[in-house]
Amino acid sequence: MPGPLQSVERAAAVLRVLGGAGRPLELAEIAAVLDLPKTTAFGLVRTLRDVGFVDQPPPGSAYTLGSGLTDLDRLGLDPHDLRSHATNWADALAAHVRLEVLVSMPQDDGVRVVHHVFRPDDTAQVLRVGESLPLHATATGKVVLATTASRGARPSVLERFTTRTVRTRAELEGELQKVRRQGWASALGEHQPGVGSVAVALRGLGGLAVGAVAVVGPVDKVFGPGGEARADVVREVRSTGRSISRALVAPW
Amino acid sequence: MVSRPLIAAIDQGTTSTRCMLFDRQGQTVSLAQREHRQEFPRPGWVQHDADEIWRNVQRVVPAALAQAGAAPTDVVALGIANQRETTVVWDPRTGRSLAPAITWQDTRSDEIVETLVADGHETLVREVTGLRPTTYFAGPRLRWLLDHVRGLREKADAGELLFGTIDSWLTWNLTGGPDGGIHVTDVTNASRTMLMDLDTLQWDDRLLAAMDLPRAVLPEIRPSAEVYGTCASLLPGVPLAAALGDQQAALFGQTCFTAGEAKCTYGTGAFLLVNAGTKRPPSTPSLLTTVGYVLGDDAPVYAVEGSIAMAGSLVQWFRDSLGMIPTAPQIETLARSVDDNGGCYIVPAFSGLYAPRWKQDARGVIVGLTSYVGRGHLARAVLEATGWQTYEVVEAIRAEAGIELAALRVDGGMTSNHLLMQFVSDVLDVGVDRPLVSETVCLGAAYAAGLTVGYWSDLAALQRNWHRAASWQPSMDPALRRREAARWDRAVEHALGWAGHEDE
Repeated sequence: MPGPLQSVERAAAVLRVLGGAGRPLELAEIAAVLDLPKTTAFGLVRTLRDVGFVDQPPPGSAYTLGSGLTDLDRLGLDPHDLRSHATNWADALAAHVRLEVLVSMPQDDGVRVVHHVFRPDDTAQVLRVGESLPLHATATGKVVLATTASRGARPSVLERFTTRTVRTRAELEGELQKVRRQGWASALGEHQPGVGSVAVALRGLGGLAVGAVAVVGPVDKVFGPGGEARADVVREVRSTGRSISRALVAPW
Repeated sequence: MVSRPLIAAIDQGTTSTRCMLFDRQGQTVSLAQREHRQEFPRPGWVQHDADEIWRNVQRVVPAALAQAGAAPTDVVALGIANQRETTVVWDPRTGRSLAPAITWQDTRSDEIVETLVADGHETLVREVTGLRPTTYFAGPRLRWLLDHVRGLREKADAGELLFGTIDSWLTWNLTGGPDGGIHVTDVTNASRTMLMDLDTLQWDDRLLAAMDLPRAVLPEIRPSAEVYGTCASLLPGVPLAAALGDQQAALFGQTCFTAGEAKCTYGTGAFLLVNAGTKRPPSTPSLLTTVGYVLGDDAPVYAVEGSIAMAGSLVQWFRDSLGMIPTAPQIETLARSVDDNGGCYIVPAFSGLYAPRWKQDARGVIVGLTSYVGRGHLARAVLEATGWQTYEVVEAIRAEAGIELAALRVDGGMTSNHLLMQFVSDVLDVGVDRPLVSETVCLGAAYAAGLTVGYWSDLAALQRNWHRAASWQPSMDPALRRREAARWDRAVEHALGWAGHEDE
């Protein structure tokens, strides 16, 4: 176990000084307060400026805390931001595959629907937003399990919904390895008989998995006669997942 | 592979110009967009550069084609939707605009409108045009230009000046400009000039005389869906087959083809239009009667309209000026952190109230503040303000136009706010439906153009393309609705007359 890193401690001290000053500080003032050589202080301030934690409004002027710091706690994805970014792409997906579309985010110990586009056939349907999906029996849930490292997200009980629901942890682990390998998940009648789904992960900043987009529909519309997910459906879902992920990384 | 042929639509809006291509299912094939400059030379003045707008059209159309890998020959018709009431004057020999395009938000014509009313013409305006005399409409702006821009009156008298709304400007340019451009306007745009007779669908000489405007500079009024001419450039040989004001285009894109069907577009403001059938609806005290669309030689379809000044812009204010939320969608997160408005109401009369109250001297208020009220309650009150303003418009439509809504079709950015959509459904006590294609303005222009050239066979074919992407059903207890409506009404009373008192 290595000891505390001096440069990180010093960077934190620079931020504290800037935060406590109540006015912009010149480089010389920062160096004097922390009793550091000016070159060392300059290196610290410059690096913090490059990552957005320090601002220097006109170049060459005094330094202040950066907007990147205040944004830190806002980087966590909000379900309503996700819905707003996903809407146009989810609409297009539903139009192309003629099936309903779900966009979901992990929440507490499960995964919850944050956006739902009806199957475009004008039959009576009810918004499923807020519904919790079983992790081990839906394509969305498997994507979340496969892309989330947290052990806490593992279902404690594998509830059996149909005869096709996975029964053992080994079976589930095999499924998740397949999902990681191929980059998408499917579920064939594992939650409700006759209902199939295909899902891919949505990735935010740094490639972190933040949720999933899925199409859900009658098994014969999602799977081919041999029980394999239809290639055109998989292609559309993957392409939608990439588009939404792009919108999440560079939203404005 | 994209199925050919395609329909093209241009949506020339307040902030940007976009071109979209659609296939036979009404699905988006490509979209290109470009923003233009907003000029605010004085308080209350908002203008655009019409030449810049035309240059942007010349960029977005090829960009949309390139995106789809399509050639002009793949396009069978072009339709236009445009920001309404914005006024352009240009020189037909040079093809250049002669003054800035004065937009619909601009209030510089207020003295002209006041004089018109003082001269006793208000009844004439209401009876002939179905509109209330306000600075919102194009005719008084033309008068302002002729009065205030040096040399324009002389040019107009010498036949060296043409006037039009944005649809006219684009149509003239697309069909050849100085080299044979057609000077026409679509009837829905003409109905927003305050110069058109809503019965005959022609310019009214009494109003032209009252505003001292020369008839020779006005475009010819044509149906919304008809081949005006063929494009000389950009899409050479392609018939220009439709034009509609943007809100009428959204009504058409939402396929509200039957009397009583209504749509509301929730953007910066909110615009609710209801199809009023083929008989001109009687003028109402608090709503606008206007043309919904005219298809070729068919009878005109009228619409009743209620406009709400602030909807999404109140959320932006909550985000930018108050810093309550980091992003607009997160207002829903904040609003859901509490169960109700905590007794707090916000009336967003930042620059007065539009339909149905039309009170220019109202100003915004927040009422019902107690120590109990927190940020979450304020967020609720922001969203509920849009719901209640929609409710007031729908109540006026019921009481004054005798039209009972069976459902409301919605579009625009705020439809991704489910809390708001449920609240709208709750207070209106009708179902609210969001369609699968959210770009209803462009889609409406494309539909009208495609119908003209036979790409789609009839209105029923368009209706089959409309699909519900989401719907919200009312679930509010009627007693609660009555109580909350009464409280909102009392909140509005506190907003009325505020600006007037300040001036005393």
